Amino acid sequence: MSILIDEKTRVIIQGFTGDKGTFHGKEMIAYGTNLVGGVTPGKGGQKHLDRPVFNTVRDAVRETGAEASLVFVPAGFCADSIMEAADAGIRLVCAITDGIPAQDMMMVKRYLWRYPKERRTTLVGPNCAGIISPGKAMLGIMPGHIYRQGNVGLITRSGTLGYEAASPINGSSFVDHLRLFEEDPETVAVMIIGEIGGPQEAEAARFFRDHMQKPVIGYVAGLSAPKGRRMGHAGAIIRAFGESAAEKVEIMREAGITVAPSPAELGATAAKVLGSRTKRVAVAT
Amino acid sequence: MDIHEYQAKELLAGFGVAIPRGGVAYSPEQAVYRASEIGGSRWAVKAQIHSGARGKAGGIKVCTSEDEVRQAAKGLLGKRLVTHQTGPEGRVVHRLYVEAAVPIARELYVGFVLDRKSERVMIVAHPHGGMEIEEIAQKEPDTIVRSVVEPAVGMTSFQAREIAFALGLDGGLLSRATTALLGCYRAFRDLDATMVEINPLVVTQDGHLLALDAKMTFDDNALFRRPNVSELRDYAEEDPRESQAAEYGINYVALDGEIGCIVNGAGLAMSTMDLIKHAGYSPANFLDVGGGASPEKVTNAFRLVLADPKVQAILVNIFAGINRCDWVAQGVVSAVKELNPQVPLVVRLAGTNVEEGRRILRESGLSLVTADTLTEAAERVVAALQAAGAKTAKAGKS
Repeated sequence: MSILIDEKTRVIIQGFTGDKGTFHGKEMIAYGTNLVGGVTPGKGGQKHLDRPVFNTVRDAVRETGAEASLVFVPAGFCADSIMEAADAGIRLVCAITDGIPAQDMMMVKRYLWRYPKERRTTLVGPNCAGIISPGKAMLGIMPGHIYRQGNVGLITRSGTLGYEAASPINGSSFVDHLRLFEEDPETVAVMIIGEIGGPQEAEAARFFRDHMQKPVIGYVAGLSAPKGRRMGHAGAIIRAFGESAAEKVEIMREAGITVAPSPAELGATAAKVLGSRTKRVAVAT
Repeated sequence: MDIHEYQAKELLAGFGVAIPRGGVAYSPEQAVYRASEIGGSRWAVKAQIHSGARGKAGGIKVCTSEDEVRQAAKGLLGKRLVTHQTGPEGRVVHRLYVEAAVPIARELYVGFVLDRKSERVMIVAHPHGGMEIEEIAQKEPDTIVRSVVEPAVGMTSFQAREIAFALGLDGGLLSRATTALLGCYRAFRDLDATMVEINPLVVTQDGHLLALDAKMTFDDNALFRRPNVSELRDYAEEDPRESQAAEYGINYVALDGEIGCIVNGAGLAMSTMDLIKHAGYSPANFLDVGGGASPEKVTNAFRLVLADPKVQAILVNIFAGINRCDWVAQGVVSAVKELNPQVPLVVRLAGTNVEEGRRILRESGLSLVTADTLTEAAERVVAALQAAGAKTAKAGKS
């Protein structure tokens, strides 16, 4: 099963010739990802990892028919690169970069909405580990060998916790990906891995209650986390209810999601939920 | 990053927000000079620490003579102020702000925040300022005014007018209010703030609208492009270990437990803390070494954790994606050789280059416990801690 990407998806890397772009580009090629080239402004016309380098995403799309992009561009310039990809018609952008200014991300999200729904870019990330369809394609920085093909989809807000459960789709919103997994005929269950802060888990719980037939298994990190000391006063008001880990667990349980007590027990919990339906709880996207 | 009240006021004044006359002072003499410079016969001498609720803690003195200003300044400088935001250890006052004390007719609340739900800037306002917003939210939640800014357009004049009317500001105050609100928004946007709070915004008896207190917090990720903001950083206000961590490029939050944690990824770090808590112990810190951790960075992480005297055991938990286990292992080995920690150490490595990482640890000849899974790691660090505790107890008896 696979949502978002498979072995045929034509992928480019933005920030292709840098250290990270090079290291993970090699890993992705070795995994079987259809990496068709990359973008580094000023290095257009060169070859890197036996693939063409372009100056702009628009050139890359025109020459290679690229559909998806993995972004390693440094934080200060990353928002611009994501918008460039969206404008060039890239269908799926996955941004690994951490530390993008909040107002830049606000601008990016707003920018993506300027396109009609049928050509709108899906953004996964930023600050994520990527997307993997085990055995088919990897668009990200995860250690590919830890994922096996399976029928449990996984969505996580934490890259490393996704490794624990094996197989993350990260970033954007839980709800978007829950919808894709619900529609995917090969997926029998979905795991969501959340953490403190933000409304995503509560929204996912509502979506599950109202729109999903398939079982969902959840975990929320941060039960022992200190309250956001840096949050200012005005911030506290919109963080009123539902943002601590304990509250999120409660909200998810009320909606009927099975919550695992620790990431180590996600697999066993999923197995229990699925019962005899699947013997093998390897997870996949 | 937080800044002081007087710094926030100076920045906001640059965007057209009206503030009382005032000036910063580092000594009683300077405070008196500031008062004479401001003129009038009533001044507020305000302790500058990164915390709200300074008035309740005795950090704000209203004075009616220059001698009172001198005495107030003497009393405040060097004093340790404890508010509910500073924690029990409090903060020492190194700077004062001397300001004209204005006759107040009404106090209002105005705050600008990044709202994660709408992913936009939200303005929160209330007709009764002075109290803290949590208190307002609890006592009078229905009278809170909220307005969300469309990022492609910015805050509009009509939004500012709507808020002003909702706060009961009309007549001559209307244009002053829209100027102040739009000014705050522009400051928020142009300086990459994550929070701007004016509490209280006051209507004076002579019909002016002034920011009597101001607080601004900035996006750490955007400081690289805001040099005029980042130079306002006051290291004296920060936990020394946390500012050291920031220099190392490590995300560190000091906590009060006994097990030091070195983890990659914020989610895994929190989860590791949860497991320690679950086992009946407490984490001494939250520490995320981030992606692409070099051996030096790992060594620096050990420095931070070992600088905490409460730490009785260390748990390293790395699931490498963009990280590399061999680099982490090299970092662990050189840290142990260089820093020679006297507490048990448990290392769990998984992911990219794990075999190489484990080989480096094995061949280092160091006495450390390894683990393969997260649960195992938590169990072993607790066991190691108990064993070490038993030893210390025995040593203590003999």
